[in-house]
Amino acid sequence: MYQMASSETSNRILNRISNTIPNTIPDRIPDTIPDKRSNSTSDEMSNEMLLEFDSRSCNESFARVTVAAFLTQLNPTLEEVEDVKTAVSEAVTNVIIHAYPNGAGKVWIACRIRDDALYVEVRDTGCGIPDVKRAMEPLFTTRTECDRAGMGFTFMEAFMDTLEVTSEAGRGTLVRMSRRFIKAAPSQNSCDRPQAVSPSESLFIQKDKE
Amino acid sequence: MNRNSLFTVTGTMLCIHLPAEIDHHIANALCAEADRLIQQKHIRCVLFDFSDTTFMDSSGIGMLIGRYKLTRFMGGVIMAVNVGPRMNRILTMAGIDKIMDIFEGMPVSG
Repeated sequence: MYQMASSETSNRILNRISNTIPNTIPDRIPDTIPDKRSNSTSDEMSNEMLLEFDSRSCNESFARVTVAAFLTQLNPTLEEVEDVKTAVSEAVTNVIIHAYPNGAGKVWIACRIRDDALYVEVRDTGCGIPDVKRAMEPLFTTRTECDRAGMGFTFMEAFMDTLEVTSEAGRGTLVRMSRRFIKAAPSQNSCDRPQAVSPSESLFIQKDKE
Repeated sequence: MNRNSLFTVTGTMLCIHLPAEIDHHIANALCAEADRLIQQKHIRCVLFDFSDTTFMDSSGIGMLIGRYKLTRFMGGVIMAVNVGPRMNRILTMAGIDKIMDIFEGMPVSG
């Protein structure tokens, strides 16, 4: 992705990139972005990916399709894929609309597949959510002037088994979701969706807990 | 009807042929053009055609609510037609069926 089509394109794009980002792929991820836990390297039982992209609305489709592609290895149904894509779309849209009022920032999506479950984490280093509980109330939105339904978190909760949101004003927000994909015979209790268990540790390092 | 055109105005009715996916990025563009037409052409009825739509997140719900508010202010209505099972599920989940009629096919005037 650092190969440019022409030097003119290269110069135009590089002029817009912050000086802190090198123009070669670094050996290690710089401290300015959320780092993956060094001890969360995949063992035989788990499989992880990390995606970083600009918080631009034109990337919403790309983000959900990428997670859907990663999810394919769990053999989900079409409906399950659409559910996960919707939840990812909501989380990513929240970052794009709210996190960086002064222009685009970065969005990180980390996914892990383990034990027939998909764990998705969406992270930003933006302005944060002052009152998470209030933000998660259905129909609540801080953008009353735009066409926002205030249902982003509601949709995430509806389409995923677990949802956990942590945020700190001025530092950023982390949205953790998971969903289990079990292909089992129908259970005795109808309408039971298996509850996925979130790993206790995030895929991202929480720097203030180090 | 010109299939290449997403927006078709017939009298005071605007029909919006929604794309396959509706997210925040796409909804923004749809809202801008819809509002322009609603106000310019004095639209009283907005028909959202979901024939080709297989994906919609809450940005689509916001788009519907916003157009509902705009047309209601001018004495009009909005409705959804050719709504597939998944879209129907999403619209109902969001409670949109309270503010607009949802049709699996195309309603027949009678």
